[in-house]
Amino acid sequence: MSDIVAPTATVAGPLDVAGTLALVQEALPDAKPVSAGPTDYLEVAPDQLLEALRVLRDQGGCDLLSSITCTDYLSYQGRARAKDGPRFEVVYHLYSTAQGGDCVVLHVPVDDGEPLPTATPVYPGANLQEREVWDLYGLVFEGHPNLRRILLWEGFEGHPMRKDWHEAYYEEDQKPFRSRHPRADFARSEDKVPWGKNTRYPADWDPDDWQEPVTYVPVSQDPRHSNGTGDRLSTESVVVNLGPHHPSTHGVFRMVVRIEGETVTALEPDMGYLHRNHEKIGERNTWLMNMPFTDRLDYINSMSNNWGYALAVEKLMGLEVPERAEYLRVIMAELSRIVNHLWSIGFILNDLGALQTPALYAIEEREMILDLFESVSGARMMCNYLRFGGVHRDLPAGWAERARYVVHERLPRALDQLDDLLSGNEIVNTRGRGVGYLSAEQLISLSVTGPMIRAAGVPYDIRRCEPYGVYDRFDFDIPTLPHSDVYDRYYIRLLEARESVRIVQQALAGLPEGDILAGKGGYVFRPPEGEAYGRVEGPKGELGFYLVSDGKPNPYRYHIRAPSYINLNALAPMTVGYKVADAIVILGAIDIVLGEVDR
Amino acid sequence: MFGTGLLKGLGVTFKHLVDTYKDDMQSTPARYQGSDDRGKGLKVIDQPVDQEGLLTIQYPEERRLLPERFRYIPMLIWDTETDEERCTACGICAKVCPPQCIWITRATDEAGKPVTRPQDFFIDATICMSCNYCVEFCPFDAIKMDHDAELASFERFPHLVYDKGELTVPLDYYAALWPVQYAEEQERRAQEAAEARAKEEAKAARAAAKEVKEETPAPEAKLSRAEELKQKAMERARQRREAQS
Amino acid sequence: MSLAPPNFPDLKTGQVESYLHPSVSVPEGLNNNVLVTTVDRLYNWSRRSSMWPLLFGLACCAIEMIATASSRFDLSRFGMEVMRPSPRQSDLMIVSGTVTKKMVPAIVRIYNQMAEPRYVIAMGACATGGGPFKEGYNVVSGIDKYVPVDVYIPGCPPTPEALMFGLMKMHQKVDTQSVTTADWYKREGSAFVPVPQLGPDIFDPRQADLIRAETMSGEAVEADTGGGRAEGGVPGGLRNLGEKAKARIAQAKERAAARLAG
Repeated sequence: MSDIVAPTATVAGPLDVAGTLALVQEALPDAKPVSAGPTDYLEVAPDQLLEALRVLRDQGGCDLLSSITCTDYLSYQGRARAKDGPRFEVVYHLYSTAQGGDCVVLHVPVDDGEPLPTATPVYPGANLQEREVWDLYGLVFEGHPNLRRILLWEGFEGHPMRKDWHEAYYEEDQKPFRSRHPRADFARSEDKVPWGKNTRYPADWDPDDWQEPVTYVPVSQDPRHSNGTGDRLSTESVVVNLGPHHPSTHGVFRMVVRIEGETVTALEPDMGYLHRNHEKIGERNTWLMNMPFTDRLDYINSMSNNWGYALAVEKLMGLEVPERAEYLRVIMAELSRIVNHLWSIGFILNDLGALQTPALYAIEEREMILDLFESVSGARMMCNYLRFGGVHRDLPAGWAERARYVVHERLPRALDQLDDLLSGNEIVNTRGRGVGYLSAEQLISLSVTGPMIRAAGVPYDIRRCEPYGVYDRFDFDIPTLPHSDVYDRYYIRLLEARESVRIVQQALAGLPEGDILAGKGGYVFRPPEGEAYGRVEGPKGELGFYLVSDGKPNPYRYHIRAPSYINLNALAPMTVGYKVADAIVILGAIDIVLGEVDR
Repeated sequence: MFGTGLLKGLGVTFKHLVDTYKDDMQSTPARYQGSDDRGKGLKVIDQPVDQEGLLTIQYPEERRLLPERFRYIPMLIWDTETDEERCTACGICAKVCPPQCIWITRATDEAGKPVTRPQDFFIDATICMSCNYCVEFCPFDAIKMDHDAELASFERFPHLVYDKGELTVPLDYYAALWPVQYAEEQERRAQEAAEARAKEEAKAARAAAKEVKEETPAPEAKLSRAEELKQKAMERARQRREAQS
Repeated sequence: MSLAPPNFPDLKTGQVESYLHPSVSVPEGLNNNVLVTTVDRLYNWSRRSSMWPLLFGLACCAIEMIATASSRFDLSRFGMEVMRPSPRQSDLMIVSGTVTKKMVPAIVRIYNQMAEPRYVIAMGACATGGGPFKEGYNVVSGIDKYVPVDVYIPGCPPTPEALMFGLMKMHQKVDTQSVTTADWYKREGSAFVPVPQLGPDIFDPRQADLIRAETMSGEAVEADTGGGRAEGGVPGGLRNLGEKAKARIAQAKERAAARLAG
């Protein structure tokens, strides 16, 4: 197409993390530097948090608040922490999109019931993540515009990620459960509860008296208002509910939309319909057990998820990965990026009304790639292929030849065909151009990452800004497009898929011989105490894993920074002002997967 | 010009349509080339990589060629060579299982002493996530992944909780599903057995040689040595106590 | 220590057991009635050959469902190419993915809105029994806790072949039904499943009495919160087993023993 901006693949240079932290310390002498394993961070008091964030944003150049999460240190067993410290620590990870490089980490220790200020005035992207912390940990962010439950429902009893909160099927704090061996009788968890369901109720609670709490949802404003033509004509806006069962919300997602005529005046996303408790289960699992669970986060590309988690654990353990394994990881991750982009292009078109045909063409080549995944790892979708320090299995005979044919012949042909079919199409242009515009600055302040900001002209790609694996050895571009609308978000995915094809071609050509797994493998891992944040450029954006180890065989904290979830920050600002039919496409062009949104 | 994009798109779909018929005419007789029916009378389609588009698999008459590494639900191996199960009830699979869907009871002999055989072995297929860890970490090659995906049933309990009887398959079944891995494994097992035998023999030889050189100390002598050490320890403890007071 | 070698041919076939729907038995006096059986065959043939699924995906399994519907596996060979987004127009609900507590009320409503005859397939481990996420606080351990399920397909996720095998099982079930005994032509009509409500935790109105009896008994109903570690050598998971569970375990053991002996 005509208007590809020349790829600006260079970044200003890695962010000086130590220098940036020193800036904050200069401004706030009370901030305490701490070193936990591979991560150095600053401990900031709650009342100084906003000040610290402002310094980081305005002087340190950290414009992207990547992740906010919380750790409950109630049952921490490591030696590095004082036992009598505050119970919770809220963790902030910040990056610079202009400079790239490693992250700046802030910790804010708070006690139970102690409020802390919201970061939304400085970084509007904190919105959804602070709501998640409130929902799962019960920490109050003072001044948050909309502090409601997000993954669970209003009225739910307790905050489930707290270490002392147990579910109905609770067996033990840590896996493996001792009831499985050697004197094990098969028992269904259902039989432990009188009503045979995974539920628990507070004492003295009567189901008949229950009334659902009424909460204020931001779209529920006064329906009567003038449309600006004087008092002759007053119209009434209506609230339309899209989802959770709606064919075009890409899974079980709900949008509450206030519309005036057909124009959206307010939108509120509602999620949690696929909240599968990855984090709670993950803190009970051993380190290795979490690997197949990561497959099920963004279930369209399990390989990238595996990599994100493996990277974080390897950082924590200081593991080196053999070269062949690094190449295999690149090949698998890029193939899964192609799968994801093909899938997302097909379904953006579905949302545009081109029902089935483009989607069927787009996912045809996906089957070929899934066959490749299946023959190397054993499963089409849930590959569980990566291990700490390498990959699980070497390639079977004939795999590389088949893969070579796929990336040299089939995929370029399929991408050309899609380009032919769609890019010049009048409907795609009319419905896509200028729809869902948000400026690059706004997107970054809303913590949006991935193809979304590259379609707004920001060449921010972790493969280039903070290279991991062996990405620095390949020749590829970071394509960017200038318009930041639905059309560009469609087209950037096509361009990125082409770049991925280039990378796989090079990786297959340069695939070295050698080991595929460092260390001795095994199933018990005890990473040294500390915390690590590992991130990869997932097909949907920055996929990060925040892990805390207390030196035990189970992760103490396992948090997933899910790109689909955080990109939804931009949904409401992007949609307001457009028609309700556009809302569907705008959501489709964010490319969310609910397994990752709700986790 | 307005409409060119639409026409171009229609051209692509039309080409697709024509291609499928062209392809059918050319390749219908060759449809089952590379097909591997494994003696079951099934038509198994191995998708050729250099064919444009994809072959539709007309299940249940035709099957997709499953790669050797395909995994679905685990199975237990009955070693037909030794005529016993390979599982030793060590419990590693139950420990590494991420959703904890394996239950193992160790068998006991007549005297009630535990033996290295499972009494019961349950896998709850409604929990199993087909992650392959049980297979990966089994030190005895006793648990493998089955390719049988046709497990749908009308009832959930107890049909989808597989017990030892339902999980056990003969070694030949595994060898047919996993030919490459089976061959590698047999080689490794033979080598290990040879090594173990060699070690055993060497040990026996060493023991024999030792016996010639010196008599092993009599049990009484061992006992008296232990008694002596104990006496010394008690003496030391007494001295410490006295020093403290 | 001796164990008889198992009977291999029976082992695999035992997993797929023949099933007869209780409502299928031919009524007294209608045995060998040519008209009814012919009508039944026609009736069942037409229903089974155009069973329209609800376009309804929950999680990972939905992706495999879409793959099954797309060109490589081609669900339209089963007369299922039209996936209807509206429950009113569909006959079959494929619950494809993890059912969460927050989603259950919606699923039950959708089920209630479907017109009879309606069928439910639980696709994948999660919809069947909670799957790997079973222990999670927001996960329902199987959709059959709320709506009746006709066919269960294990697997995580079931491959397209496994799903199609499940659909063929569904067809088998349809084939055993009879127009004379079908529930949906009776005056009382079909069963309406009460919609579960989101309280402090999700609760089923049908179980309100049971729940009240437990919560009002003075002690909070918490499955096992006593620190989790077992005492006195009793494995932690088996302390709170009910009589029913013990009976089931005994049953399973007997079955295993019988199989090995046979």
